[in-house]
Amino acid sequence: MNVSGRIFDIQRYSIHDGAGIRTIIFLKGCALRCRWCCNPESQSFDIESMTVNGRRKTMGRDVTVMEVMQTVKRDMPYYSRSDGGLTLSGGECLLQPEFAKALLMAAKDIGINTAIESMGYAGDGTVEGILPYLDTYLMDVKHMNPKKHAEFTGKENTRMLENAKRVAESGLTELIIRVPVVPGFNETEEEILAIASFADSLSGVEEIHLLPYHSYGRGKYEGLGRAYPMGDVQTPPPEHMQMLRASVERHTGLRCQIGG
Amino acid sequence: MVTYNSTPVAKSHRIGRLVEHLFAKMPEIEASRAELITEAYQQTEGLPTIIRKARALEHILKNLPIIIRPEELIVGSTTLAPRGCQTYPEFSYEWLEAEFDTVAARSADPFYISDDTKERLLKANAYWKGKTTSELATSYMAPETLRAMKHNFFTPGNYFYNGVGHVTVQYDQVLRLGLKGIRGKAEKEMEECRFGDPDYATKMRFLEAVVISCDAVIAYANRYAVLAEEMAGREKDAGRQKELMRISEICRRVPEHPAESFQEACQSFWFIQQVLQIESSGHSISPGRFDQYMYPYYEKDRQAGTLTREYAQELIDCIWVKLNDLNKCRDAASAEGFAGYSLFQNLIVGGQTADGRDATNDLSFMCIDASHHVFLPQPSLSIRVWNGSSKELLLRAAELTRTGIGLPAYYNDEVIIPALINRGISMDDARGYNIIGCVEPQVPGKTDGWHDAAFFNMCRPLEMVFSNGYDGGEQASIQTGEVESFRTFEEFYEAYEKQMNYNISLLVNADNAIDLAHAALCPLPFLSCLVDDCIRKGISVQEGGAVYNFTGPQGFGIANVADSLYTVKKLVFEEKKVTMGELKRALSMNFGKGFDEITAREIALQVGRELAARGQEVTEEMIAATIRQVLAMELPEAEKKRYQEILDLIDELPKFGNDLDEVDSMAREAAYLYTRPLQQYRNPRGGIFQAGLYPVSANVPLGAQTGATPDGRLAHTPVADGVSPSSGRDVNGPTAACNSVARLDHSIASNGTLFNMKMHPTAMSGQKGLENFVSLIRGYFDQKGMHMQFNVVDRQTLLDAQKNPEKYSGLVVRVAGYSALFTTLSKSLQDDIIRRTEQAVNR
Repeated sequence: MNVSGRIFDIQRYSIHDGAGIRTIIFLKGCALRCRWCCNPESQSFDIESMTVNGRRKTMGRDVTVMEVMQTVKRDMPYYSRSDGGLTLSGGECLLQPEFAKALLMAAKDIGINTAIESMGYAGDGTVEGILPYLDTYLMDVKHMNPKKHAEFTGKENTRMLENAKRVAESGLTELIIRVPVVPGFNETEEEILAIASFADSLSGVEEIHLLPYHSYGRGKYEGLGRAYPMGDVQTPPPEHMQMLRASVERHTGLRCQIGG
Repeated sequence: MVTYNSTPVAKSHRIGRLVEHLFAKMPEIEASRAELITEAYQQTEGLPTIIRKARALEHILKNLPIIIRPEELIVGSTTLAPRGCQTYPEFSYEWLEAEFDTVAARSADPFYISDDTKERLLKANAYWKGKTTSELATSYMAPETLRAMKHNFFTPGNYFYNGVGHVTVQYDQVLRLGLKGIRGKAEKEMEECRFGDPDYATKMRFLEAVVISCDAVIAYANRYAVLAEEMAGREKDAGRQKELMRISEICRRVPEHPAESFQEACQSFWFIQQVLQIESSGHSISPGRFDQYMYPYYEKDRQAGTLTREYAQELIDCIWVKLNDLNKCRDAASAEGFAGYSLFQNLIVGGQTADGRDATNDLSFMCIDASHHVFLPQPSLSIRVWNGSSKELLLRAAELTRTGIGLPAYYNDEVIIPALINRGISMDDARGYNIIGCVEPQVPGKTDGWHDAAFFNMCRPLEMVFSNGYDGGEQASIQTGEVESFRTFEEFYEAYEKQMNYNISLLVNADNAIDLAHAALCPLPFLSCLVDDCIRKGISVQEGGAVYNFTGPQGFGIANVADSLYTVKKLVFEEKKVTMGELKRALSMNFGKGFDEITAREIALQVGRELAARGQEVTEEMIAATIRQVLAMELPEAEKKRYQEILDLIDELPKFGNDLDEVDSMAREAAYLYTRPLQQYRNPRGGIFQAGLYPVSANVPLGAQTGATPDGRLAHTPVADGVSPSSGRDVNGPTAACNSVARLDHSIASNGTLFNMKMHPTAMSGQKGLENFVSLIRGYFDQKGMHMQFNVVDRQTLLDAQKNPEKYSGLVVRVAGYSALFTTLSKSLQDDIIRRTEQAVNR
């Protein structure tokens, strides 16, 4: 309970990431620099200052597991009514492996359902370490081509894909694959299908979510004094998303949904 | 477990046309009832009041023009014009005469009134000078009470100027026994009266009045039978002709006889619902547990194979339309407070049976579907939720919520039933509770709850702490010491408690005066024969005839008071960042954010008072000159800057509604300052006072009479509504807001609490959205929340509707304990609804 870590936000009543009503803890720091990232304040592990609605706000604070759990526990009645619980997100939450594991353990200890949103960028042994305390792994897979992955996110995808296999083979947790659909990066049917067939090949994976790119994060870049890398790229049209969904369901045995 | 059929039935085409007809024109004021009651009263001078009331009802029902609207299956209209209203001069009339020329043009709830009607009303009203309940009530009140009302500490306006209403009668008894049977009960009771009984005279007269009233209602129904038959004779369309013939047969049988079919039960119900309003002028006459008392008739016809589910749904839908045909014109100020032409006819489904099992049946679903079909504000549909509620029913209710109509409201059996038992109600009765009006729980057919007895503005006594009871140029409340002299927060708190207690005692004084006036001048024989135990006791509801008697005035502004107390505690006493003198001045200067006329006048009067204290003579001209000066005054930059600093410091403090124990506990204590003292008072009907915590929509107009408050709320802006956090102050999301509100003690506020939440449509999309929504309600209820209601409309839509009302004529929003058409609300109330935190969920 005394393990501490760095977070930049806690969002309660989250109903779009995982089952039921959830509390999301956003851990600070990420290994990637995805151009479409809608939480740029999540990327650096350093505590930074961001302008929000004209006021300077400090992004990032160090907290103990106990402090986080005090907030998480406040919504217990809603978790139990909705089969919801705790979700760790980021950043990449597994870059603070001790903290992430301690949070998941603390939640499981008192019967709270657990999930993480992560792309599986973690050192050896980290993923295995958390699996016994994890009910659902929402894993981001962005692209199957290592070069293109590196070009748009800063890193190749090898380690993530290996971790995906490891999680699937463990059989210890529900694994759901999530794909940000980003115009100019991976929005073609071919690219999405490549990810979907990879997901389909993982044992136990039944679900894939396609998350359409949005530009809600634009203001945050301004708040951080950074240029918005996506320019005026538009959200993929709904018809395109529907086409992708239909195609995924036609070519794989997966359930596919648009949005979280 | 009861089995039920929840399959939805499609809406019939008739319903759309009935709704269209209803809303074709602006509602209109008619004069017939006022003329008829005046004639009746002129003919019965000198008779006992209860007999005069019965004779008046008889005269009205015999002569009121009647109409069957095109395609109606359920008949009975109070006015010739759709959604029209009659007037009730026996309660008050001066306000209407004063507003004759403005009532059609006012922003909240306008009514058309013809010159002919004005003339007829003036003639009838003349009779009532010196004879109204409001005049008698005024004469009963202490001078201090009248002064407190003048200073807007509270307003008992509702029953001061109108009938009481706020009741659910024994619809089930009418269906089972017919009015013939009710009359029989009265006659039997008369036979048992002995010549030597001390109450022989009054009891016999009351029972005689019951008999006259029942006969009058039966005769009224028969007029409709005749009209339907005549219309059938002229009708060209064979289908409609058949319908009219059936209507005629039914009106000949009910409500006189027990209902023998579902359609008879529907028509019988309707006559009762309609006549109660003709008799009393009260609003919130609530149908209550319609799905329960109508079910035997539905079930019987279904078993016999004589009723299709389609026809049953159509009949229910027709009743829903009729509930919107009834209307009422209120004075301009009240119309702001109750905006939206609402009659608050609360109809509730689900919940438990008397023996504590789930009560869901086919009709529970069909009632929800009826609101979907008709898509109008009435009835105020409610749903009872308990630990064993059918999830299917809650999901169906959630689907209705998702449309944005603001219906249904959700109520928690697990809090309400024990709260009622705590008020001396038996377990069986408590399990049968329904909701009156906005949010007020009570036992149907046995209660006179006086549920909407007054609005008490909890912010005003707080202002009096700062002014030492001085307001509007006079000592308006008690002196509790100069606020700058308080050395501890406890002293400050104690002063607030004293200001509260004093004004609460005046509120009780006002309510009891009005109560006695109604008993003396407006006992209602027909209403009383449908409420236990009036017939046995031989007295009317108004004189204490009901089994359970309460008076339930509402307190509001809890969030403002809690945040204000917290500000004083933290900034002034603990952190000492602001002195009490500075805070006091910041409040009177509206934090440097400019003055309106009221604030300027308040400052001028204060200046005058200081001059007078120094022995100077103060004239009206001097005050007027000072007001002009104040309005023209530019505060020094340094002073303005300091006020802004104070405002910023206040902004940074935690606020109620964010699941923070320290400030939420303050709210719990603040609420007790209203709810606890009230319990010790008794009303003239032998019952106790019980607090409610909801403002209807009075938080806007009454906020306009409240100066700046220490929570940073600027002068004359709305105060917080119900038990909800202040607009825009809850920033931690819906679950945090729910937790904070659940931290209040809802059980002691047994006259009801109201928690408004505004939802973004995305929060409810898909099946998962519905399920999470239901879980949110249940999570709140698990923590002893009492009531919850929702507006599911996005901000953009509301802003657009404000700009382009013509595009949004059908946009229904939840206002307070009821829904209304958004475009019919006043601008300030629209703004308040838009401000209520939108619980958006997308990052």
